[in-house]
Amino acid sequence: MATEVLITAEHLTRFFGHTCAVKGVSFRLAKGEVLGFLGPNGAGKTTTMRMLTGNLAPSTGRITVAGIDLLDAPKQAKARIGYLPEQPPLYRELTVQEYLRYCAHLNRVPGRELGSAVDQAQARCGLTQVRRRLIGNLSKGFQQRVGIAQAILHNPAVVILDEPTVGLDPIQIREIRALIRELGENHGIILSTHILPEVQATCSRVQIIHRGQLVFSATLAELQEQMTTQSLILGCQAPPDLQTLEAMPGIERVTPLAAGRFRLAFAGDNPAEALAARAAAEGWRLRELSPEQRSLEQIFVELTTREPDAEAA
Amino acid sequence: MILTIAARELRSLFLSPLAWSVLAVVQFILAYLFLAQVDNFMTLQPQLVGLEGAPGVTDLIAAPLLGDAAIVLLLVTPLITMRILSEERRNGTLSLLFSAPVSMTEIVLGKYLGLLGFFFILLAMLVAMPLSLLAGTPLDLGKLAAGVLGLGLLLAAFCAAGLYLSSLTEQPTVAAISTFGLLLLLWIIDWAGKGGDEVSGLLHYLSLLRHYEPLLRGLVHSTDVLYYLLFVIIFLGLSIRRLDADRLSH
Repeated sequence: MATEVLITAEHLTRFFGHTCAVKGVSFRLAKGEVLGFLGPNGAGKTTTMRMLTGNLAPSTGRITVAGIDLLDAPKQAKARIGYLPEQPPLYRELTVQEYLRYCAHLNRVPGRELGSAVDQAQARCGLTQVRRRLIGNLSKGFQQRVGIAQAILHNPAVVILDEPTVGLDPIQIREIRALIRELGENHGIILSTHILPEVQATCSRVQIIHRGQLVFSATLAELQEQMTTQSLILGCQAPPDLQTLEAMPGIERVTPLAAGRFRLAFAGDNPAEALAARAAAEGWRLRELSPEQRSLEQIFVELTTREPDAEAA
Repeated sequence: MILTIAARELRSLFLSPLAWSVLAVVQFILAYLFLAQVDNFMTLQPQLVGLEGAPGVTDLIAAPLLGDAAIVLLLVTPLITMRILSEERRNGTLSLLFSAPVSMTEIVLGKYLGLLGFFFILLAMLVAMPLSLLAGTPLDLGKLAAGVLGLGLLLAAFCAAGLYLSSLTEQPTVAAISTFGLLLLLWIIDWAGKGGDEVSGLLHYLSLLRHYEPLLRGLVHSTDVLYYLLFVIIFLGLSIRRLDADRLSH
């Protein structure tokens, strides 16, 4: 990979007592990537993120941040990470500005850059209007934004966001997604979410974690490929009979759907062009011809409801 | 970095009504005791004049005041120390400190200094009362200084124990009651076995009170000072280990 690798995680494993929360997770994050972590509740997403940010020590495995080992040199490594936990770590009795200044001090932002760093983070997260208000009096959405501002304040190489859009209204969600994409240009970002369309809207790579193991990892382009299936939906005002369709080259199976629509399973090349030509020639009065997409949801459900035994096999 | 954490701690304390009410109540109670001592001294004064080597103003007013203050602060310290780490744990703000480039030692020392800052203010307000007597009478400043040093060390020890117990739990009230219990136990531990055998000697040595009394009389023994310093170091060390254990496997 030509681009700079920001995080490498190797064989991360974490036990809580006898329960294994994360088992042998390895991955890399390069600069300019937005990595989406998906998984059902209790799959180990948060545990993994807490290990990456130094909040939990892995039972085994190794983490390096921009080439610095997190366990050997925690201070240098942590200075390169911004983290928004599931529950934003906010002091309710401080104002937004006071809180961000404190966070900037904690992250060792040098004195002369401190003011501008705080201003910039406030502006990016849309907090300038509320900067003098107490955090405890802000709505959940604004509190979430303060949490994000805190994570990006010191301009870290890696930003790790645990469910960043929880509790936001649809407009704020769009803004935060835009912000994440913008940040993704110059940083590496890891975010976890339950919301599947969010992954498609913001991420450049997807990893699905299930029962503590990584079960799926693909770039968004690969994912698109996986999602296109070998079937078409055909809809006509004056539909031809089943035999005509089945007789067409490449068509394997035809399933009639309601109101003149058919699902055509095909092998090899996509027969859409031939179908359209035929429809025009024979006057089927074509209304719809579209490749059928498997949704991310289907992939997700397939991967996460599979029995553990089947996975091991 | 330690100072940043300490400053925020102190600031947050004074943003809540708790710190102000503690300061007000303690000051009120101690002022009442102080005035009672002054009144007491006034009635005793005529009899003391004739006595050879009679106790002075410092012995009769400042020392009892500092002695009473220790008891009052034994009750009050747990209220201030209880939320210092337990509340952060409960609100999830501890992860802000854990993910910042700050070591556990810095976190603990920062928190501890914040607490000491608060009690330094309280101590300064307290000492202002006996010092006000300087307007009318000379004081034995050396003796007063020894007493104040004693109370300062005692408070430092209270805070360290409170900090540790606050790191153990998510519930501030649990931290408060356990801190109070521990401090009270250490205060009265020498009540058992007045006989003078080896065991009672050990209990006597462990008692927080026994190391405070000589200082109130103006005797600064290095053993007493070391006792308090060791007490502080042990509890701070335990707190650091406790926070570290949060990260590690159980």
